[in-house]
Amino acid sequence: MAAPTDSTDNLSSVKHVILILSGKGGVGKSTLATQLTLGLLKAGKKVGILDVDLCGPSIPKMLNLENRDVHMYPTGWLPVYIDDEKRLGVMSIAFLLDNKDEAVVWRGPRKTAMIRQFITDVCWQDVEYLIIDTPPGTSDEHIAVVESLKSYNPDGAILVTTPQDISVGDVRREATFCQKTGIPILGIIENMSGFVCPNCKECSNVFSKGGGEALARELGIPFLGCVPLDQHLSMSLEEGKNFITEHSDSPAVMALTSVVDRLIQIDKNL
Amino acid sequence: MDDIPSDAPTHCPGTQSEAAGKASACQGCPNQNICATQPKGPDPAIEEIRERLLSVRHKIVVLSGKGGVGKSTFSAHLAYGLAAANEDCQVGLLDTDICGPSIPRIMGAEGEQVHQSGSGWSPVYVSDNLAIMSIGFLLSSLSDAVIWRGPRKNGIIKQFLKDVDWGDLDYLIIDTPPGTSDEHLSIVQYLSAAEIDGAIIITTPQEVSLQDVRKEVAFCRKVDLPIIGIVENMSGFICPHCTTESQIFPPTTGGAEKMCSDLSLPFLGKLPLDPRIGKACDEGKSFLEEAPDSPAAKVFQAIMAVIQKRTEEEKMKEDFVQR
Ligand SMILES: Nc1ncnc2c1ncn2[C@@H]1O[C@H](COP(=O)(O)OP(=O)(O)OP(=O)(O)O)[C@@H](O)[C@H]1O
Ligand SMILES: [Mg+2]
Repeated sequence: MAAPTDSTDNLSSVKHVILILSGKGGVGKSTLATQLTLGLLKAGKKVGILDVDLCGPSIPKMLNLENRDVHMYPTGWLPVYIDDEKRLGVMSIAFLLDNKDEAVVWRGPRKTAMIRQFITDVCWQDVEYLIIDTPPGTSDEHIAVVESLKSYNPDGAILVTTPQDISVGDVRREATFCQKTGIPILGIIENMSGFVCPNCKECSNVFSKGGGEALARELGIPFLGCVPLDQHLSMSLEEGKNFITEHSDSPAVMALTSVVDRLIQIDKNL
Repeated sequence: MDDIPSDAPTHCPGTQSEAAGKASACQGCPNQNICATQPKGPDPAIEEIRERLLSVRHKIVVLSGKGGVGKSTFSAHLAYGLAAANEDCQVGLLDTDICGPSIPRIMGAEGEQVHQSGSGWSPVYVSDNLAIMSIGFLLSSLSDAVIWRGPRKNGIIKQFLKDVDWGDLDYLIIDTPPGTSDEHLSIVQYLSAAEIDGAIIITTPQEVSLQDVRKEVAFCRKVDLPIIGIVENMSGFICPHCTTESQIFPPTTGGAEKMCSDLSLPFLGKLPLDPRIGKACDEGKSFLEEAPDSPAAKVFQAIMAVIQKRTEEEKMKEDFVQR
């Protein structure tokens, strides 16, 4: 794995860079990252998704791109595309590992070096929206991403939480992280909010309800919506299928689409 | 432990060797500088930690590859359960999740302070025989983000292992952040002389989570950490209204049980998704006491019994050999 040598400025051609963050693990960062990307794609945008979760990369599995390889270009790594028209490109550490069960056991400095490369050395070309999926927490990976992105003026971060207090507490800390590092917060999404029983249609608040919206209010940041727990969504991710197009009338897709619409409205020159 | 990273340049001398960062193979390696400047040889803290933890009979690390699968919930309830089952059993719970410490909240101890004494940091006692320690107690406000890079996290973990005055403990449960990162390497390294009984790995049923567990298993094997067993959490949700079971996180590849048989690992059991568990955690209460007759509590008790039995048998073998 040699570092691309000439990496002039692969990222500056990308118009919008959006980070998906959450203090807590397993709240659906990767899920929302993939779904928002697919939503933007459906809206006609050229999109990229960068997976900076080095220990537990999920994006390749969720987009059914396991076992694919990245190729080298004179100016850097070429992302893996899901389509022939190259409208959705993906980069993840998983593409660089020989064995997918191998553990990436790296200490901070090594991770930082890898992430810097990911930020500067992937040839995104004319991607309009780059979504960056991050690992849980506020540590080396996050500091590295935010520092390397600074000069590119990213649009900001979407914070993901589940409704329960434990998760909201971690996301509150993540908001502090954004404030300290000067990353604008685009808003909060509450994921896994309620589960509608497929048999009796009764909605159970499996992980409680309303915590994300309350936190948004408390912090004075936009609330982007609730995505309910949906078995079809988790199933689609397992099978690498496109949930957005296959279940377009579900409440989850409606919630996701409204977030996508907001992202499309972001105007950098405002 | 093998100190040559798997994707190091060819002829890497190993990160702990005298030549680290200085050999010709190191030229151009992104880690050259770190290797060249890091002190070599075993950290003296390893021996201090061994001595400190001589009074702890069982040390169990709770791991997960993926985030949000219920590690802290499990760790907390293992601690609650062990302490509640026998008032003479002394239990300690150490939260090493530096960025997202949730143990204080789950144990209803938010806002508590730790005190420093001549013999170290005193943990927070949530009952007579249950003590906890977390970075959460050291943060000044609830919204404080601990934005620490690896080396600083390693420093605090070392201190936690070395300086917390647990006294005599039957069980020390160590809750970790998700993944295989600085914290995990440090825990294993610092405890290398103190001997960990083993790891319990928590997962959810779907492949997205299992793929991370396989990495965690590879990590355990790499660092010679025995695996006590794997627990599948959030497996199946029973609608409280009509009792229909839904697989919110579908075990498309057979779930943890199949993975365990493929990898010859002990499978400890399946804990269903029960909203009362999350609620008890938010309220800082023990689910085992809130809903003792629930299916989840019963499965939990059974898992706990297996863990007790396995760890005790192993210790008895060791004690026997040492005699
Ligand atoms: N709204 C939802 N409905 C049903 N399942 C969901 C939903 N959101 C996420 N999931 C499932 O929950 C699991 C965890 O989601 P995901 O992997 O996206 O979390 P993450 O925050 O990226 O986790 P990590 O912190 O480990 O990176 C996945 O199996 C995913 O399919
Ligand atoms: Mg993820």
